[in-house]
Amino acid sequence: MATEILGKSNIELAASPPGIEGPGFFATRLDKVIGLARANSIWPLPFATSCCGIEFMATMAAHYDMGRFGAERLSFSPRQADLLMVMGTIAKKMGPILKQVYVQMAEPRWVLSMGACASSGGIFDTYSVLQGIDRIIPVDVYVPGCPPRPEQVLDGIVKVQELIKNESLRRRNQPEYKEMLAKYGIE
Amino acid sequence: MEEQELLTSVETKLRENFGPDLIVGTEMMRDFPVFTIKKDKIVDVIKFLYDDPEMEFRFLTDLCGIHFPDNKGQELGVIYHLHNMPKNWRIRLRIFFGIEDAVVPTLTTVFSAANWQERETYDFYGIVFKGHPNMKRIMNVDDMVGFPLRKEFPLEDQNREDKNDSMFGR
Repeated sequence: MATEILGKSNIELAASPPGIEGPGFFATRLDKVIGLARANSIWPLPFATSCCGIEFMATMAAHYDMGRFGAERLSFSPRQADLLMVMGTIAKKMGPILKQVYVQMAEPRWVLSMGACASSGGIFDTYSVLQGIDRIIPVDVYVPGCPPRPEQVLDGIVKVQELIKNESLRRRNQPEYKEMLAKYGIE
Repeated sequence: MEEQELLTSVETKLRENFGPDLIVGTEMMRDFPVFTIKKDKIVDVIKFLYDDPEMEFRFLTDLCGIHFPDNKGQELGVIYHLHNMPKNWRIRLRIFFGIEDAVVPTLTTVFSAANWQERETYDFYGIVFKGHPNMKRIMNVDDMVGFPLRKEFPLEDQNREDKNDSMFGR
């Protein structure tokens, strides 16, 4: 029985990067290998402030199972997290806290903004709500919707994975990157 | 006691103790007796209603501000909701004053619960409570300019570039 299941397994392993293969060796680019490893073992930090957070719980749970994409292990400490997932309305008073969480994350770090509120303020165009988190921290992937369905969140995660896989190893040391952070007032 | 009786009994009590010109107006708002009184006496009146053995309004349900920009000279107001728990009497006291003169004596000397409510009223209406132990914003960011629940304050965030008026028919 067990061998039957194993024999007909439809589990797909992550595709190996392009390289030169021969008996007993495989040569490829280091950044592709590192990108592959990083992309398939994201530790997300859920920063869930409202209803998008509920949708995220569905994404994380058995039915949609974000663990299939290697993002099984949520990190509730920013120190160990790779991906900051901001889900929900961010009030202006919450802004400095969100920024502090981002600053505490170690490089390399990515940010996914889920839902209309986090991305643009959404329907809350008012004096107390931050009009999009990209006013205080850089964002890599936006997931639109109010709230987005779990499929959309997974699509966002796959987009983040694509970014991670194709990122140059030197990107975060480049002056352009530092300039970009400096625009947000981040060292 | 019926609400109408409550209104008259409180009104007589206040007139007896504070003279005839304390009360500017009284009315019944549905089943709720409302008294509009002079600003400078407000704390004395509430203290009196607290101490008086027949009144015993010893619970401050709410304290909030209000803004009527068309009411020249009386633009801002503070409303106090008082509750006598044993007898289940509720009354409402209101004071009105000009927007340049938005200073009101603090009620924290009578009700400690007024502390945060007065801070909230200051935060949203800019009404300063004189004698309050910690008169600063409570809900909004500390560096906010203006008072958001005043009618002249623009509701929408002024920093958005993507909202083009022509797309919204304005």
